[in-house]
Amino acid sequence: MTTMPPTSSAIPLGPTEDAQPKPHARRSVGKALLSNGATRWGGGVLLILVFMAALAPWLNTIDPTAIDPGSSNLLPWTHGEFTSLSGETQSHLFVLGSDSLGRDIWSRALYGARVSLVVGLAVTALAVAIGLGFGLLAGYFRRIDGVLMRVMDGVMAIPAILFAVSLIALFGGTLPVVVFAIAVPEIPRVARLVRSVVLGVREEPYVEAAIALDTPTWLVLVRHILPNAIAPLIIQATYVCATAILVEAILSFLGVGLPAETATWGNIMAEGRSQFNQYPHNVLAPGLLLALTVLSVNVMGDGLRDVLDPKFNKRKG
Amino acid sequence: METQRELSAEVILSVRDVTIALPPGADRTNAVENISFDIRRGQTVCIVGESGSGKSVLANAIMGLLPAGVTPVCGSMKLLGRELIDATQRELRRIRGSSMAMVFQEPMTALNPVMTCGEQIDEMLSHHSNLGPDERRSAVLKIMDRVRLPEPERVYRSYPHQLSGGQRQRIVIAIALILRPGLVICDEPTTALDVTTQAEILDLVSELQRENGTAVMFITHDLGVVADIGDEVVVLRLGEMVERGTSEEVLGHPQHPYTQMLVDAIPHVSTQGRPHIPSRSALLEVKDIKKTYVSRNWFGGRREVHALEAASFSIQSGETLGVVGESGSGKSTVARCIARMIEPTSGNICLDGRDVTHLEGRDLSDFRRTVQMIYQDPYRSLNPRRTVGESIIEGAVNFGASRTQAWERAERLMQLVRLKPESLRRYPSEFSGGQRQRISIARALACEPKLLIADEAVSALDVSVQAQVLTLLGEIQRATKVAILFITHDLRVAGQICDRVIVMHRGRIVEEGPAREVLLDPKDAYTRQLIDAAPGRDFTFGRTPDLNGLAAT
Repeated sequence: MTTMPPTSSAIPLGPTEDAQPKPHARRSVGKALLSNGATRWGGGVLLILVFMAALAPWLNTIDPTAIDPGSSNLLPWTHGEFTSLSGETQSHLFVLGSDSLGRDIWSRALYGARVSLVVGLAVTALAVAIGLGFGLLAGYFRRIDGVLMRVMDGVMAIPAILFAVSLIALFGGTLPVVVFAIAVPEIPRVARLVRSVVLGVREEPYVEAAIALDTPTWLVLVRHILPNAIAPLIIQATYVCATAILVEAILSFLGVGLPAETATWGNIMAEGRSQFNQYPHNVLAPGLLLALTVLSVNVMGDGLRDVLDPKFNKRKG
Repeated sequence: METQRELSAEVILSVRDVTIALPPGADRTNAVENISFDIRRGQTVCIVGESGSGKSVLANAIMGLLPAGVTPVCGSMKLLGRELIDATQRELRRIRGSSMAMVFQEPMTALNPVMTCGEQIDEMLSHHSNLGPDERRSAVLKIMDRVRLPEPERVYRSYPHQLSGGQRQRIVIAIALILRPGLVICDEPTTALDVTTQAEILDLVSELQRENGTAVMFITHDLGVVADIGDEVVVLRLGEMVERGTSEEVLGHPQHPYTQMLVDAIPHVSTQGRPHIPSRSALLEVKDIKKTYVSRNWFGGRREVHALEAASFSIQSGETLGVVGESGSGKSTVARCIARMIEPTSGNICLDGRDVTHLEGRDLSDFRRTVQMIYQDPYRSLNPRRTVGESIIEGAVNFGASRTQAWERAERLMQLVRLKPESLRRYPSEFSGGQRQRISIARALACEPKLLIADEAVSALDVSVQAQVLTLLGEIQRATKVAILFITHDLRVAGQICDRVIVMHRGRIVEEGPAREVLLDPKDAYTRQLIDAAPGRDFTFGRTPDLNGLAAT
């Protein structure tokens, strides 16, 4: 229990001062993000992709795994009939044509976007969560720093693709395994970043003041240290996300990712590869979507860095 | 007679009605307004002002180094009759270095860390003269010797980080002076240095000035420095020139209320002694604490740094004990040991007769409550992302008070430190440095400590603000009987508010005693050196009598 000392009222109280609010208050981060060209374009394109993936069933798509040998290798924008194996026939516009098994590429590309985005998000969440924890611990507790960071160095020495290939070979190509396999090599990058921020901030007098006020260690970490890592972490997260989307596509393309019938951009490209000379659009369409997605994630990351990282703010003058 | 000679001397720099505009959206329209002064050959003109007074903007304007958006709108600045305001960058580049040069505040950032010191001085010669490499080298070594750098040959090959702060500043001075410019602008060149080093650098500047007849524009916030080296003073306040005259006039008989306030705020040894404190049992007793930092390298090599060697002292309730020393003296190590931020290598710390050196867990929490710290840098001692109120109540909540209780107490503490309780919901960035320091004091008081450790708590503040904070600390102490361990590099400040003073040098206590005795009759050679180095010690400042008495109580 805290008791009020009677003495504090004995101090003569003089005139009090108020704070001096700045004439031009800091713009909110939200407004700054909206006014930044890079975040607006990157975020905008990404948002369109997300909507297309989410609304895939209503955007002139059919079952992306359904095959119809009768309508194989159609050129883009062909009106045709799609007969599924069970015999139902429907008229369908093949926006991006069809592959050698008669699967609609437009449908596969849209459903593939779901996989790419989910993998990107899940990997980012996993890598950031684990990396953040490791980084905080390594940066704050000097004793475990050496051990933890050497382990991280070890993880960084493993080739990411090889690691994913062997993990998927062991546990099968399911979504959780793919996400985990891609996330692990990203953890050290996040951990190193967070650790460097913590190392800088832990020497700040306000952190020492919090320790002197007997604030529990976990609260010191969450309340006084962690907020400083948020901005660089968000920026790093975008790059992790872009890498994850690319690696997932690579794994699928190599045939070691999700099963070949699953609609992913890598699988579409792998299937179209053998007929690239006759039907280049089978590879180019998902390839362009992949490039566009990664590009917009990276552009958004650059924009976020300009807005959130004070080091780059001065550039505007 | 000397004034006559000075008046007849050639005018090196003439500044007339200069107004420099700030970009729209700044806190005022003009950085400086209608500034006029002359600097003659061999003369030192001090530009005095607190932070935000526009003194550095003025210096940068003369050097042609203003940032984009800050522009002179009217007036004229003539260097040896040549107008600087409309000079092109190309012309300015030729003038800078050969006709005018600048000495900056922080020598570490003014020097290029990846070039040797010799090369950096040499750069001036290779750009502005036609000398051959051998001649340049001997000129560089000569000036290094001239600014009294030891072993010029070795310093020539050294990188800035291998030299001490004072030596680095000598390199910067050598760079500024090697081309014998007519005007040297010194922007707070000694602020980042220890007192004794400061005294040496000031001596050096005046000596070189006498030798070369250089005109010096010296920017400072320290009226003591002005008293030591200034011929004339220009006092700036929020961009306005409030007073101008010879140092004797301005400091001895300040006319403008602002100048009077500045002069009154200079810390000084209390004329009346502080009230005697009856001796009781000590609140805190420190016995032979040592702190040795050991670093090991990969090959098993050991390097020991003795930050603190066998320090013993005690402090009782209601007392202010000053710990005075220069950088590296171990004074902050003492503070951090007592606050249990670091563990001493050996020795004991007793609080209320109880050994607290190795407390852990619950006991450590109880201890934390009784000892609180106030830090030097007001911009870093509060978490910028949390409101002032959240910062203040943090301690009380940790020690079991409810949020409402803690908040009510925080409101009262805000009044105690002369801030509006409503400001509790604001963020630190909305407060000035002095206000933030008062908030830090409120935060420290929130858990009713018995001992307050103030680690250079007023060193980063302007003199007027410094005086307010010192007065506030005194009032709080009288009301709460809290003991204060006041760590400072400034003997004048220690003399003003401390009952007893400990002087530290290289990790050892060299002198201890009542503040007046130590300051007025020092026994130790090092203490004497410190006191002699304090700027403006022989000058009689024209203080306002009644305020003087008030500050001394």
